[in-house]
Amino acid sequence: MLRLFEVIGKRLLLGFVTLFIVSLLIFSAISLLPGDFAQAVLGQSATEDTLAAFRAGLGLDKPLIQRYFDWIVGVMRGDFGSSFSGRNSSGFDLSRPVLEIMAPKLRNTVFLALVTAVIAVPLALILGLLTALFRNSIFDRSANGLTLTTISAPEFFLAYILIIGFGGLLPTIANVKPDMGLFERLRLVALPTITLTLVIVAHMMRMTRAAIINLLASPYIEMARLSGASQTEIIFRHALPNAWAPIATVIAFNLAYLVVGVVVVEVVFTYEGIGKLMVDSVGSRDIPVVQACALIFAATYILLNLLADLIGIFTNPRLLHPR
Amino acid sequence: MSEATKTPSPLLLDMKNICIEGFADERWHPIIKGVDLQLNRGEVLGLIGESGAGKSTLGKAAMGYTQPGCRITQGEVWFDGQDLAQAKTREKRAIWGTRISYVAQSAAASFNPAHRLIDQTIRASKRLSDRNEAELRRDAIELFDALNLPEPETIGQRYPHQVSGGQLQRVMTAMAMSSLPDLIIFDEPTTALDVTTQVEVLASIRNIVSQFNTAAIYITHDLAVVAQMADRIKVLRYGEEVEQADTRTMLSDPKQDYTKSLWSVRSLEKPGHASDDVLLAIENIDAAYGTAKVLHDVSIKLPRGRTVAVVGESGSGKSTAARVITGLLPQSKGSVTFDGQALPPKLSNRSKEQLRRIQMIYQMADTAMNPRQTVGQIIGRPLEFYLGLRGKEQERRVIELLEMIELDASFYDRLPDELSGGQKQRICIARALAAEPDIIICDEVTSALDQIVQEGILNLLQRLQNEFGIAYLFITHDIATVRAISDEIVVMWQGKVVEQGMKNEILSPPHPAYSELLLSSVPEMNPDWLDTLLTRREAGGEGVIKAQD
Amino acid sequence: MTEIKPKAAPSALNETGAVRLRRSRFDRLRILLSRAPLTAWFGMIVVAIYGIAAVFAPWIAPYGEAEIFAKADDVWSKEHWLGTDQIGRDVLTRLLYGARNTVGIALGTTMLSFLIGGGLGLMAAIDRGWIDQVFSRGIDVLMAIPSLIFALMLLAIFDSSIIGLILIIGVLDATRVFRLARSVSLNIAVMDYVEAARLRGENMGWIMTREILPNILPPLIAEFGLRFIFVFLTIAALSFLGMGVQPPTADWGSMVRENARWITYVPYFPFQEALYYALKPLLPAGCIALLTIAVNFIVDWFLHETSGLRDV
Repeated sequence: MLRLFEVIGKRLLLGFVTLFIVSLLIFSAISLLPGDFAQAVLGQSATEDTLAAFRAGLGLDKPLIQRYFDWIVGVMRGDFGSSFSGRNSSGFDLSRPVLEIMAPKLRNTVFLALVTAVIAVPLALILGLLTALFRNSIFDRSANGLTLTTISAPEFFLAYILIIGFGGLLPTIANVKPDMGLFERLRLVALPTITLTLVIVAHMMRMTRAAIINLLASPYIEMARLSGASQTEIIFRHALPNAWAPIATVIAFNLAYLVVGVVVVEVVFTYEGIGKLMVDSVGSRDIPVVQACALIFAATYILLNLLADLIGIFTNPRLLHPR
Repeated sequence: MSEATKTPSPLLLDMKNICIEGFADERWHPIIKGVDLQLNRGEVLGLIGESGAGKSTLGKAAMGYTQPGCRITQGEVWFDGQDLAQAKTREKRAIWGTRISYVAQSAAASFNPAHRLIDQTIRASKRLSDRNEAELRRDAIELFDALNLPEPETIGQRYPHQVSGGQLQRVMTAMAMSSLPDLIIFDEPTTALDVTTQVEVLASIRNIVSQFNTAAIYITHDLAVVAQMADRIKVLRYGEEVEQADTRTMLSDPKQDYTKSLWSVRSLEKPGHASDDVLLAIENIDAAYGTAKVLHDVSIKLPRGRTVAVVGESGSGKSTAARVITGLLPQSKGSVTFDGQALPPKLSNRSKEQLRRIQMIYQMADTAMNPRQTVGQIIGRPLEFYLGLRGKEQERRVIELLEMIELDASFYDRLPDELSGGQKQRICIARALAAEPDIIICDEVTSALDQIVQEGILNLLQRLQNEFGIAYLFITHDIATVRAISDEIVVMWQGKVVEQGMKNEILSPPHPAYSELLLSSVPEMNPDWLDTLLTRREAGGEGVIKAQD
Repeated sequence: MTEIKPKAAPSALNETGAVRLRRSRFDRLRILLSRAPLTAWFGMIVVAIYGIAAVFAPWIAPYGEAEIFAKADDVWSKEHWLGTDQIGRDVLTRLLYGARNTVGIALGTTMLSFLIGGGLGLMAAIDRGWIDQVFSRGIDVLMAIPSLIFALMLLAIFDSSIIGLILIIGVLDATRVFRLARSVSLNIAVMDYVEAARLRGENMGWIMTREILPNILPPLIAEFGLRFIFVFLTIAALSFLGMGVQPPTADWGSMVRENARWITYVPYFPFQEALYYALKPLLPAGCIALLTIAVNFIVDWFLHETSGLRDV
C-alpha cells in the first residue's frame, strides 16, 4: 500500500507544481506588455496623473514576485482583480471585478460541456468498442472514414453545415438567459452540442478503438481464447479490467480537447460562455480577464489529466497488490 | 466382433494431411505442408524443430485454432470423433480449456494481470456442469501442491506479478490440468526459464501428466528436454515431417541426415589450452546500476588468444561484467587492466586505439545492425573510422572480410533485412573483425540461433582465433556452447565469481555448490537423465543451494 | 592437440530463413503505389492540386490579391466566377492566394516546430541525463496549457503579425513534436547498433544523423502530416476568431469569418439565395476541410504501410 500512496502523492505533487508554474507563466504575461499599454487602455487623452494612478492600481511599481503573490492569493480567494474595460481617460473607474463578469459565463460553459460530455462519452466508448470488435467490417470501415472526415473538418465548418441543415428547426443563436428553464436551455444549446459531439466522438472513438485493439493483441487474450472463453467473456472479463487506464486517458484527453473546441463553437453560436469571453477580451486587450480565462482553461486541462492518471494508478494491479 | 465390444479407441487425436498458410507481404505462404499426426490417450508426443519449422502452428492446429493471419487450407483434425478443422467456433469453445488445454511459452504475458491466480486457474473448468466452484478450488490447491508450488493454500490468492516466472509456469500447468483434460499442448513451456528453474518445472510437468494419464504434445527446440518428456518424437522442418519414432530409437538411431545433424551439434568439443599471457584482467570490480549493486568484487583474467567463457543464469552479472570492460558502465571499485595498462573506466576517456582493440558482438544480430545501412556500410565504417580506409581500398577490404566469414561480394549491397539469422551474425563478426581487435566480447552470440547455424558460427569463431590469435570473452548460459568453444571457464552467480579455471577442471567434479547445481541442471540427451538427477537430488548431499525460484 | 576443423566453407551462403526479397527503391515505390487505396489516391491528388494552386497563385489568379471592385457582395458572373466579397474583392482570387498564404504559413510553422522539437527530442533521447530531465519536465508544463488558449493569450499581448503567429504556434507545437521525437528515438537509442556505434567512439552528431534519424523517419513523417493538420486548423481557428492572419492578406480562416454574416438566415432564404449565401463561407471552410481530410487519408495509409501491421 505504501507504494501506492507514494505514487499518488508524487502525481498530486506534480499536478500542483505544474499548476503553479502555469499560473506563473500566465501572470508574467502582463509584464510582457509593451510599456504604453496604460495609454492604450485609457485612451490618448489620458493625463499623466491618471496613467500613473492606473499603473499604481495594478501595482506595477512593486517587484514582480510580490505582484505575483498578491495576485495568486487573490485568485485563491476568488478575486481575479478588476477588468480593464470601463476605465477611461477621465480617471473614473467604472470597471467591474473579473469574477463578476466571468461567473455567469463560466456557468454557461460548464453547462454546455457537461451536456456534450454526457452524450459524447458513452456514445464514443460504445462505438469504439464495437468498431474494435468488428474490425475491418463494413461498419468499422465506414465509421473510420466518417470519423476521419469529422476530425479533419474545422469546428466552424461543421457548425455552419449544421446551421444550414437544421437552422429551420433549431435555434442558431444560443442566447441563453439566466432565468431560462432547463428545457429551453437544452433547445438553445442543441446545435452547439451536436457540433462539439461530432468532433469529440470522432476523436474518442478512434482512440478507444486503438486502445482496445492493442489490448486484444496481448498474449493473455489469446490464452483466454484458447481456454474456450466466448467473445463477450473476453471483452468484459479479460480485456475491460485492463482497459480502464487507457480509456480514462482517452476520456480525459478528449474532455480537455472539448475545452478548446468550446471557444470556436461559442463564437459561432454567440453563446455567452467563457470561451467567447476570452476571445472578446483578447480583442479588447482586457488582460485581467484574459488571464483569468486562461488560468481556468489551463487548470481544467491539468485537473482532467491528473484525474486520468489517478484512475490509471488505482486500476493498476501492480500498484494495488504490491509484491 | 470388434464393433460389438465398443471399447473407446485408443487413438485420441488424428490429424490428417494438415496444410496451413499464413498471410504476409500481400500473399499467402504455406507454413505447414501436409503433416499427419496421431496421438493415443495418455501418450506424450515431442514435437521438435528449429525456429520457423511450424511446430507451434501445428500444435495450435491440434486444437483447431490458428493465429490471426493464418488459415487451415486442407486436412482434418479428428479429436475424439469430431473434426475440429470443420467445427464451428462455438463447438470448439466447448472443448477448449476443458478437454484440450494449452500451456504457453511466456507465462508472464499469458496471465491476465487483473485477476487472481486461482480465479484464472479454475475459470475454464467452471464451465463443466458436473463440478462446483468450491470443489474446483480445493482441487486447484491440490494441483498447486502436486506441482511443488510453495504455500499451495494461499499462492492462488496472489496476482501474476507477485510470483516468479518458474512458479507462474507451474500455475499455468495447474490451470491446464484443472479441468482434467484429455490433451494438453505444451508450447515451449520452459524455454524462457533458467536451467536450474527448468529442472523443477520439467519434473513437475512430467509427474502431473503421468499421474493423471493425460495425453500431451510437447513442443520444444531443445532435444535434451524432449528426451526427458516424450514417449515419441516427431521432427519437423520447413513445415514438413522429417521423421518420427519412439524416443529411445530416435535418440540412438536417427534415420534422416537432418536429424543426425541436429544430434551431432552436441558432440562438438575442443580441448582447453592453458596460457599465462594475460591480456585483459579485471580485478575486484564492484559495479551498480543506480543504487542496485550488481557486481561484487569480481575478478576475471583473459589470456591472449584464448577463449574464456563466462557462465551464469540471468541476473548473475555476466553481461554487466562485459559492460564494465567496454566502459559503458564505469565500475565503482576495482580496475580493468588491458595489455599492461589501466583502462579508463569511462568510455569517453578511452583512446580510439583502446576502443579499436576491444570489439563486441551481440546476441541479437537483428538489433545490432542498423537496418538502414548496407552490409558494405556496416563493415566499412570501422575500416574508415579506425584505419582510415576509404573508397576502393575500403571496398576491397570489406569483400576480403566477407570472404573470411564465408560469404562473398554479392552481399556487399544487401540490407540486414535481406539476410538470414546466421548471415546477420556473420556480418556482425566481420564488423568486429574489421577493427583488427585483440579481444572480442561475445555476448550470447549463438543463443538466438538454430543449432545447425550455431555450429557454423562457433566453427567460424574458432577458425578466426586460430588464424588471428583473437581472444574471446564468451558470455553464455549454454553449457554445450561452453564445452565447444572455451579454454577457461568463469562461473558467476548473483554478481559474484563462483570459480574460474581451466575448462577440464571446472567441468569435472568436485564443484562448489552452485556450479554443481548449474552443471547438473543442464539437460542431457539421455532419456533417463531427469530421473537419475531427481533420485540423486532426493538422496541429498548436494542441496546446499536451492534453485533460486 | 586436435583443433576442431571448420567444415567445408561457404555453407553460410545458402542459408535460408525469413529472407526478404531484394527490390530497388523504385520498385518498392511502384509496389507501394499500386497498393494504395482509393482514399490515399484521393488525398495525393488533392494535395497536388493545392500545391499547384499555392505555388502558381499569382499566375493563375485572375486578379490581384487585394484588388477591390466596385460591386461588393456580387453573385457569380463571367467576370467574377465565384462572385466578390463584402468589400468587392474577387473571391476566386482570394481563395487561390489563400492557398498560398494559409498553407504556406502552416507549413512554415510545422517546419519550425519540427526543427526545434525534433532536434531537442533527439538530443534528449541520446543524452538521457540532465538535459533530458530539464527539457522533459519543462515541456510537460508547457503542454499542460492548451495551445489555442496559450496562443490567444500571447496574441492579446503581442500584435498578430504573420511572423509572430508562426513563432508562437511553432514553439507551442514543438512541445508535442519533442515528445514524439524523444519517445521514438528512445526506442532506437536502446538498440545494440547504437551501443555499437558508441563503443566504436562515434560522436553525438554521427549517432544522431546516421544511426537514429534514418530509423525514426517514418513515424516522424507521419507525425509531420498530423502536426501540419493541427497547426493548420489552429491557425484557421485563430483567423476565424479574428486573431490570426490580418487583412488585407487573403486567408481562408478570415474569409470564413468575413463571409459568415448571413449564414444564420440561410435556412429562411429561397433556394438560389440560400445556396449563394451558404457557399460564401463554406467555400473557404471547405478548402480547409478538404486539405485536412486529404492529408489525414495519406497519413492513415502511410502509417498502415510503415507500421508493418497488415490486417487480413
